[in-house]
Amino acid sequence: MRVSMTVNGQTGDHDVEPRLLLVFYLREVLGLTGTKIGCDTTSCGACTVLLDGESVKSCTMFAVQADGADIKTIEGLATNGTLHPMQQAFHENHGLQCGFCTAGMVMAAVSLLEEQPNPSEADVREGLEGNLCRCTGYHNIVKAVLAASGTPS
Amino acid sequence: MTAVGERLLRREDAPILAGESRYVDDLDIPGALHVTLVRSPHAHARINSIDTAPAMAMPGVVAVYTGADLEGAFAGPLPCAWPVTPDMKNPPHYPLARTKAAYVGDAVAAVVAQTRTEAQDAAGEVVVDYEVLPAVIDLEDALSDRVVIHDDLGTNASYTWALPEPEGLDEVFAGAAHVVKERYIQQRLIPMAMEPRGVCVVPSPAGGTFTVYSATQVPHILKIMLALTMGVSEAKIRVIAPAVGGGFGSKLNVYAEEALCFALAAKLRKPVRWTEERSEGAYSTIQGRGQIQDIELAADESGKLKAIRVRLIGDMGAYLQLVAPGIPLLGAFLYHGVYHADAYSFSCTSVFTTMTPTDAYRGAGRPEATYAIERAMDTLARQVGVDPAEIRRRNYIAPFVFPDYTSPAGLAFDSGNYEGSLDKALDLVDYDGLRKQQSERRGEGSSKHLGIGLSTYVEMCGLAPSRVLGALSFGSGGWESATVRMQPTGKVELVTGTTPHGQAHETCWSQIVGDRLGIAPDDVEVLHSDTAISPHGLDTYGSRSLAVGGTAAALAADKVVAKARTIAAHQLEAAEDDLEFSGGVFTVKGSPDKTLPIQAVAFGAFTGHNLPDGLEPTLAASATFDPPNFVFPFGTHVCVVEVDEETGAVDVLKYVAVDDCGNQINPMVVEGQIHGGITQGLAQALFEEAAYDSDGNLMSATLADYLVPSAAELPNFQLGSTCTPSPTNVLGVKGIGEAGTIASTPAVINAIVDALAPLGVMDVAMPASPQRVWQTIQTAKGEAR
Repeated sequence: MRVSMTVNGQTGDHDVEPRLLLVFYLREVLGLTGTKIGCDTTSCGACTVLLDGESVKSCTMFAVQADGADIKTIEGLATNGTLHPMQQAFHENHGLQCGFCTAGMVMAAVSLLEEQPNPSEADVREGLEGNLCRCTGYHNIVKAVLAASGTPS
Repeated sequence: MTAVGERLLRREDAPILAGESRYVDDLDIPGALHVTLVRSPHAHARINSIDTAPAMAMPGVVAVYTGADLEGAFAGPLPCAWPVTPDMKNPPHYPLARTKAAYVGDAVAAVVAQTRTEAQDAAGEVVVDYEVLPAVIDLEDALSDRVVIHDDLGTNASYTWALPEPEGLDEVFAGAAHVVKERYIQQRLIPMAMEPRGVCVVPSPAGGTFTVYSATQVPHILKIMLALTMGVSEAKIRVIAPAVGGGFGSKLNVYAEEALCFALAAKLRKPVRWTEERSEGAYSTIQGRGQIQDIELAADESGKLKAIRVRLIGDMGAYLQLVAPGIPLLGAFLYHGVYHADAYSFSCTSVFTTMTPTDAYRGAGRPEATYAIERAMDTLARQVGVDPAEIRRRNYIAPFVFPDYTSPAGLAFDSGNYEGSLDKALDLVDYDGLRKQQSERRGEGSSKHLGIGLSTYVEMCGLAPSRVLGALSFGSGGWESATVRMQPTGKVELVTGTTPHGQAHETCWSQIVGDRLGIAPDDVEVLHSDTAISPHGLDTYGSRSLAVGGTAAALAADKVVAKARTIAAHQLEAAEDDLEFSGGVFTVKGSPDKTLPIQAVAFGAFTGHNLPDGLEPTLAASATFDPPNFVFPFGTHVCVVEVDEETGAVDVLKYVAVDDCGNQINPMVVEGQIHGGITQGLAQALFEEAAYDSDGNLMSATLADYLVPSAAELPNFQLGSTCTPSPTNVLGVKGIGEAGTIASTPAVINAIVDALAPLGVMDVAMPASPQRVWQTIQTAKGEAR
């Protein structure tokens, strides 16, 4: 099937198998490997991207379902080499270690602040429930998201 | 201005945050074929026949292999490098099972296809005829040999390992005022590093060389082991660990899939790759823990320990993985914790079961030991009728610096101040205030019970003195190596034998080396994780990287400074002893205008125009550090929980940790390690279990069933620290990668038992799920009636 979508500002179209998941489209068709695959049950959130501005787990939808959509991945978050404030906050607060969950975590956090610009610590914890990290214990991730929102932690 | 001790932000972050970092599955390898494994759905089954023809007929399929097809492909079975006893039983373990599947997930055939999906589709078409045999799940049942898993061994017992038995132990127990006798179960855990495993082997058929990309913690060890397993010269093998997404011990191994992809790449003369799926990994990656622990304490009237006796049964799973037999031994020396007892007895028997093989998981033997002694000390406190903090004070080893203290198990601890750590933690958590609150709540008859749990731990890490490893029959040394190369421009390349996968070695090693050379950390590039770039190393596990590898980096830098001093003295026409070195500049004492920066020395060493006679050009040096001892970090963790008597739900209200890892190179990184460590130990206490049914099926094989905690389940952590430098390395450092995990599990369970003790609860099995806690409360209430 033919799909067309805009990914990180670039529009393209490809022939894909109907069963191709969006995450494989991004990684294997477009070569955008910043988005990771961490599980097969929609549990870990490593594959989180923004679809028309909202976070989705790209392992849980087919590429064809994203036909016509505007997608943003971790590769498209920085502007002209300047990190997005959320990326910067993760850096400054040591919100990442091995980095495998980071792309999904950052995208989910960006989406969270879009919906809730001034979250409490509890809001951040609840809001990131769908993204797993095995390294940080989330302490510094929560701190980073609160810092990016300007909320004192 | 020194960089060591500063909270320098990580240089590792930028490529990760930009999505540039390449993990194995991200690598674009042209022409690579994809492998999917056909895995046994039975825990124990004879393989009668395998029909690969239907799979061969599927689109894109290149080849399908069974264990029989690959009999000539390996020079030997998959390695176990830790034969802990001379008579240890070790069944041959090949990447594809040949006659029998010994656990659910044991691979029996491999399908190779042009694409991942074609391989997956075809794997479903391989027809295997199994004769199903009884599963062996229970460790004591396994020891009975009712069903023997490996026919040729004649028994399921792999080995029994014991420390020398002290004389008169039974008499000490018979005459003790207090005896505590407990059995604890260490459930199996699934490491669940966020990056699933993956491997890609790229052959050069004409050159006879192989490049192996693997999601591994141990590229150096993997290279040696692949050479032995495949019968290929080490010199023909290059192993690269690209970005690696966490390990926690699970990537400290030599796996079936690594050897299999190597064999298939050699056979098919093409790159061959395999990426684990998460639910597949629950079976095919090692699991952790899995022990039955019987611990007995003998104490006098006041609760002062006299003797400790420990008997373990260790669950090895179906085969012996790389270091699995040694895992209980890493705990064997620590069952007395931070307390002294004159008599100490330890013995462990390890058995085969029809479950996924076990091996090192964060802490590896030491969380188990800490759990047992810290739980048992709380029981002793209740028997004696004193507060858990008080029973600890009565038994602490007094503050010491080597060589003041030799442990009951015969180890010379490096340095410690255990009571100092307790004092600080109790102060931070407001222990007295909490006890008051608890007593008020109890007085009110609240059904929400407040519990305070202590865990005061010491662990041994920084693996390890090579001689000690030799005495424990480990198949390798414990040294680490580093090379410092100062380039003509004055910039530095540091090559390390450690293999970071989240631990910030690049940032921290640059702080160490920069300081010693008197240059900015930014001028030090850290190279690692590729055996062609870093030829000598023993990699990253056992909280060894800083204490051993960081020290090697420091020593290599010191050698560079020594050589630079010789050159500088020559060029400044001064005696070496008359030179001062500070801030990267050599100055002749008493002649402040006669100076030479180390960068200028480096350029001079590169040109070789004006060197002392006989001195080799270039400014570089290597060091290999074999530590004289383990390092022994310690600390006190306090967990405060609220347990709802009506629902069994446990809410962690507060978590305070005071850890002592000696000098800290980068406190931000140290704290990050502690946060993550606490979380993994807390997850064992409350959430995680590799649960098997009686047929040997893993019932928690997906991340939907296996409860890795999310941010929503966890509190913020309040950290404090004390600093007792280790005298065994020039940096004065100890390891911190595993300490949080070692400490936290008993703190959480002690808190739950502390909360529920008035209801008669003395123990709760892990993980302490609401259902299990509620059931435990009902049982205790029933018994009280």
